[in-house]
Amino acid sequence: MTTTPTIPAEQPAATRRAGTGTTATRVLGIAMVVTMGWLVAFGLGFSPADRDQEDAVRILYVHVPTAWVAYLAFIVTAVGSAMYLFGKKHSLGFDRFAGASAEIGVVFMALTLVSGMLWGKLTWGVYWQWDARLTTTALLFVSYIGYLAVRGLGGSHQQRAKRSAVVGLLVVLEIPLVHFSVKMWRSLHQDASVLDSEGDVSMDGLMLFSLFVGVVAFTLWYAWILLHRTRVMAMEDMLDDHGLDRALDARRAEAEEQS
Amino acid sequence: MSRWQIARLVASKDLRIERRSRVLMNQVLPFAGVTMVMFAFALDASNVLERVAPGLVWLATLFSLLVLVQRSFAIESDDGALDALRVAGVDPVAIYWGKAFALAVQLAVLEVVLLIAAVLLYGADVPLGGIVLLATTLVTATCGLASVGTLYGGLTAGFTGRETLLPLLVLPVVAPVLIGATRAVESALGTGGVALSEGWPWIGLLSVFAVAFGAGGALAFGPLIEEAT
Repeated sequence: MTTTPTIPAEQPAATRRAGTGTTATRVLGIAMVVTMGWLVAFGLGFSPADRDQEDAVRILYVHVPTAWVAYLAFIVTAVGSAMYLFGKKHSLGFDRFAGASAEIGVVFMALTLVSGMLWGKLTWGVYWQWDARLTTTALLFVSYIGYLAVRGLGGSHQQRAKRSAVVGLLVVLEIPLVHFSVKMWRSLHQDASVLDSEGDVSMDGLMLFSLFVGVVAFTLWYAWILLHRTRVMAMEDMLDDHGLDRALDARRAEAEEQS
Repeated sequence: MSRWQIARLVASKDLRIERRSRVLMNQVLPFAGVTMVMFAFALDASNVLERVAPGLVWLATLFSLLVLVQRSFAIESDDGALDALRVAGVDPVAIYWGKAFALAVQLAVLEVVLLIAAVLLYGADVPLGGIVLLATTLVTATCGLASVGTLYGGLTAGFTGRETLLPLLVLPVVAPVLIGATRAVESALGTGGVALSEGWPWIGLLSVFAVAFGAGGALAFGPLIEEAT
């Protein structure tokens, strides 16, 4: 006797939708594409080459926004972690929000480091220098990879959330400590004046505007991808919860088929 | 029982286990010694070694810290002792203080031995005027390292596939201690002509670190050791 396997009737409404898009993400996505178009136009076209760095300055239109978004993402992770831990309901949504933001932050930080190294080679002549900002960024990058590894340690969703929230808040504590200690360390060494200890670049006019467009474009991209990733995580958690029920039903149906 | 009494019990238990099993003496100290020898192979010239001796001492300390932390929590997870303590309702802050203290004592012994090794192997010189700075560095740095080690040790203890996470979590966090302790010891020893007075600001950094992670660690330890059974 054959029977079709039963699927639980109470299927959450969100998973009946075809994807994770909503009006909000569509608006964000279109705005992001438009601003990215502006960035390409201004960054590669309309803005002038710098007097000293020439065209290498155009890397900054990507490098500075990715750095800004990476740090923003980590602050959002810390805020999400705090809201999970200290909120009354300990809502898992905040935990997923924090985790998604950390994932995106790590990617953007990698982009920051790579674009920064390329720019540094062209302007400073070296890929890396040991100043407070770069060193803190590199260590933070590694720390958040550790945070993501802690998220993968397993256990129930609530346990994962609690562990990650605590580690997420501890990593934020690290930022000022590392930055300050490296700053103290590097102030002991008087490097040659070619390598500016801060590596700052002064900009004005159209170049500053392109940078601003870049920041807006990348922030929109961050928000768009954050919403999508959080929803996908929610679906992954739901799959986890229902997955066992489905597997049991399937095995039961197999057994009935064979009998 | 008061938190203080529990902490003392946990610390004395850990130290008694160490005295009976002698893992620090027989395994960790030789490992640290071998590391110091390896540094000499890698760095070749003796004047370079003398110049970087403080840094190498603290690097060897950090690597040995990882081993010590894993040992500190291996003795708990083997019989499910940490879970039993937690389920019995023992204050996790007290457990944290106790284990951190025991770890600090072992670390301090390790650091003294490594300093002696640096004097013997690398030709480092300990002027009498630098002894106070040296001792203060040892105390503050050890407190910071023990706090961070116990905290993340609790998180990564238990199931296999977790211990490998410990180095990745601990090393970025203790970077300020490495920077501060190395600079302070350089001042104390007068390496590279660094004046004694320049070491004390680093003690400030190390103290801030120790206090921040001592407090933060005590609060965070409880949630982190909660386990899936």
